Amino acid sequence: MTHTVFGIRHHGPGSARTLERALHQLEPDTILIEGPPEADALLTLASDTDMAPPVALLAYVPDRPGTAAFWPFARFSPEWRAILYARERDIPVRFNDLPAANSLVQERRRRGKVQDDPLGALAEIAGHGDAERWWDDVVESQREGLGAFEALIEAMEALREAFPDEDPREEQREASMRQQIRKAIKDGASNIAVVCGAWHAPALTQLGPAAPDARTLKGLPKVKVAMTWVPWTYGLLARESGYGAGVDSPAWYDQLFDTDDEPVPRWLARAARLLRAEGLDASAAQVVDATRLATALAGIRNRPLAGLDELLDATRSVLCFGSELPLKIVREELVVGHRLGEVPEDTPMVPLQQDVSRLQRRLRLKPDAQPKEITLDLRKENDRERSRLLHRLNVLDVHWGEPTEARGLGTFKEAWHLEWQPSLAVDLIHAGRWGTTVEDAAGARARAAAKDQDSVAALATLADAVLLADLPAALAAVLQALADLAALDRDTADLMAAVPPLAGILRYGDVRGSDTSAVAGVLRGIVLRSAVGLPGAGVGGDEQTGTKLAELVDGVNSALAILEDPDLTRAWRESLRRVSAGDRLPGTLAGRATRLLHDTGELTSTDVANAMARALSPGEEPERGASWIEGFIGTSGLVLVHDPELLKVLDDWIDAVGPDAFTNVLPLLRRAFSVLPAGERRRLGERLKRGAQAAPEEQAPIDLDRARPALETVARLLTCQ
Amino acid sequence: MTELLRPHAEQLFADELAALERVDDRPRPPQWRLSPWAVTTYVLGGEADGVTITPKYVGRRRLIELAVATLATDRALLLLGVPGTAKTWLSEHLAAAISGDSTLIVQGTAGTPEESLRYGWNYARLLAEGPTRDALVPGPVFRAMEGGKLARVEELTRIPSDVQDALITILSEKALPIPELDDEVQAVQGFNVIATANDRDRGVNELSSAMRRRFNTVVLPLPDSADEEVEIVRLRLDSIGQTLELPPATSALEEIRRVVTIFRELRSGVTEDGRTKLKSPSGTLSTAEAISVVTNGLALATHFGDGELSPEDVAGGLTGAVVQDPVADRVVWQEYLEAVVRERDGWGALYRACRAL
Repeated sequence: MTHTVFGIRHHGPGSARTLERALHQLEPDTILIEGPPEADALLTLASDTDMAPPVALLAYVPDRPGTAAFWPFARFSPEWRAILYARERDIPVRFNDLPAANSLVQERRRRGKVQDDPLGALAEIAGHGDAERWWDDVVESQREGLGAFEALIEAMEALREAFPDEDPREEQREASMRQQIRKAIKDGASNIAVVCGAWHAPALTQLGPAAPDARTLKGLPKVKVAMTWVPWTYGLLARESGYGAGVDSPAWYDQLFDTDDEPVPRWLARAARLLRAEGLDASAAQVVDATRLATALAGIRNRPLAGLDELLDATRSVLCFGSELPLKIVREELVVGHRLGEVPEDTPMVPLQQDVSRLQRRLRLKPDAQPKEITLDLRKENDRERSRLLHRLNVLDVHWGEPTEARGLGTFKEAWHLEWQPSLAVDLIHAGRWGTTVEDAAGARARAAAKDQDSVAALATLADAVLLADLPAALAAVLQALADLAALDRDTADLMAAVPPLAGILRYGDVRGSDTSAVAGVLRGIVLRSAVGLPGAGVGGDEQTGTKLAELVDGVNSALAILEDPDLTRAWRESLRRVSAGDRLPGTLAGRATRLLHDTGELTSTDVANAMARALSPGEEPERGASWIEGFIGTSGLVLVHDPELLKVLDDWIDAVGPDAFTNVLPLLRRAFSVLPAGERRRLGERLKRGAQAAPEEQAPIDLDRARPALETVARLLTCQ
Repeated sequence: MTELLRPHAEQLFADELAALERVDDRPRPPQWRLSPWAVTTYVLGGEADGVTITPKYVGRRRLIELAVATLATDRALLLLGVPGTAKTWLSEHLAAAISGDSTLIVQGTAGTPEESLRYGWNYARLLAEGPTRDALVPGPVFRAMEGGKLARVEELTRIPSDVQDALITILSEKALPIPELDDEVQAVQGFNVIATANDRDRGVNELSSAMRRRFNTVVLPLPDSADEEVEIVRLRLDSIGQTLELPPATSALEEIRRVVTIFRELRSGVTEDGRTKLKSPSGTLSTAEAISVVTNGLALATHFGDGELSPEDVAGGLTGAVVQDPVADRVVWQEYLEAVVRERDGWGALYRACRAL
């Protein structure tokens, strides 16, 4: 026999251990592994000291950046162990699957469950809920190496007969694997180890004549393909990947690979440690009880060994006292895991990097270590694309450009501070796991970020960033997350903080021609919830909270003007009314609400005077009175200068204050007005000195004919947005 | 037996238990009448020796397996859940299937004394003979220990903490000391405890961590689908209605569906169509409370209205059930009214009735 076939379970730690043992028994002179042959040259990097799995082989079509496939490897993947074995012994190791050049052009079909994970299917037939535990039970406990794989091939033959796979692609893949084995034999190898998915093993034991295989492989469509290594994560490994189904529980497999004795108590002990680190009760006695429960549970379920299902049930019941919340921590850490892979520095560039350099060339935006300021005119196609690129890179945490304040430039201009640091290349490699083009990757990253975010205000900012980066698909996801979170958020301040960025999206969104209709819906919901929550939000708060809330109220109030929704406006004003009347609320907030209501005409001057008198009456804390006035006036005295009516309300009220009360009020007023800049105070004083007689300035009759051009221009300015 | 108002599970389902016992050839833990597998079948339903086993609990199989496995490991079982999730029902059937006796029960109340968990005295004999074994009156747990049976403790968290602690020795040492006699009773194999507790009720005596550690906790969930819940509410209402001489609930099905929908949505924090998330109020909003809201409404409609259950009749009860905390819950309720109830077709009358309160 010149070749030996090892049918393994992809990402199966049990397979990996048995395979290592079998390879030591066999001592092959060549190893062939299921995988794209284009990656042969990259195999030398596998034993690099800087290489840390989980990593994935990435195949992509350079001129079609969206087309790509990944072949992930964890440290417990049998393929990875085989590669390392070959590199250690310095024997030739190659991939023998259908070239990615052929497989990437073909439509990928979903394989059946049995074909995808035949060993998992066998385990299920044997009554196991966890395929790896079945392997432990049936294969590993025998401590066999080579023998185990011979038995497996027989089992697979039976499975293949019962569940034939009619996909022509599978036939092509197996033909390709056989051809590679023939080629290796021709090259002089006499003891070849072939490592492939268990399903394919029976098809490779007997090579048969070469002619039919050559026919099968002849004339397959192909594309030009490039390959590289990219860092991977256990989270990604738990998803669907290049091999078809991923594994659900990488961290559990990781542990199974490290230690094959007593995995149940070991895992439960780790869960207990984890819970203890989170400050939860978890004693050694509980670990004992959980272990017993897991075993008993496996008994009731007719399973010879407890697997992950039983472990999770036992953990929930014994260690987590029936609660799902602590179990989530355990699941994240010990079932999926957080391990992040790394690749050596001399790994070929990932497609995302290439896409960035391609865009940099096309948009004539050179990466330069020298800091540079640029201003983009968003009406120009090229500048718009540049802005899009910079915003998208920022979403990907590749901070090449930083938007700077561009005051007075209008909404069509955008100013950036550009600086290309060498570390950005590393950031790009890491961002490479999100996708192969800047657009795809930024979209995927934004969607993932939306899922993890738990602050409404932060999500609103993210929505803004996504809109600027022009990622419509991701925007929908972010807005959905925003709507969901807004419904649950009990922090009204956080909700209100989300309003201005969303309103900004509505106002400026159409400069870039993005669809912002969904934003209006979400914004409406948030404003409604803010209106319901506002009166309760400030109760008992100190003045600092009040000032913060007052600012937020301002933001919401101006956003309402954009929405133009009478129902919302009604709800908001009702809420402001309650705030204005709320004596237990911080003065700044109540004063602000009164002022806003006055501005909209909801409160008459008499109402305002009454409210003011109440706020500054002797029964009220002087501190609160001063804050009330501060909130009422706001931080700018200019409004008072230019709004004679408002000034009159204030003036009239002071007139009405009795001599004794005036002594009380004076220090408060002085404090409130001391916040205003000196210039404004002076103008205010002058304005008051002129007195009522100078009040409404004489207005000269307007000559409409002469004013018409000016008015028309102003009208156009007002409507063009 | 027919004249009994409510026979015990082991009496009512005697044939099913006997049939299971006949066919059950799997290993049984000591003193168990059935194997764990047969107990699971008894609770979830199936077929044995030509007898159809009716399902006693409709829900997830995993939970029942977990409960039975727990009892098989001699750890005590704590069934946790909001009212109306069949905790007591399940504990009765487990005891009936495992020990053939569901009557060794301690009802937990704020006034449950330590004697009911341990033992009491026959005072006449105590005075006449002094402390002797004959003067001792064993409690249900005591008897379960002696007989190797399951003891049931209902509403464990309602029992004052110091009384709860009497269980600790029983659960960890499997023995009950009787200092007056300088004696103890040691539990026979097969003894175990099933406790039930309400996990959302306010004002209960939280279990100490020492107690918690001695129990395996199984949380029983609320009904999975709205239809299932509406059916439960309707069936219960019909039986309550008979005693209160209220009209049959069937006529008010639409209003019941609305109440159940509101309860389910607020409880789960998301609308039934899954499109809008909601805040959940602090109250439990269990099926049992939905039943009481509708009963209330029916009573109002019968005695003060036109006999037809209208939105006005349920609005008061509904608001009362949802708004338990006058500040936080009111916000939740108003948000729900504005964002969900108002928008729904045909719910206008209910919206107005609730706003008018």
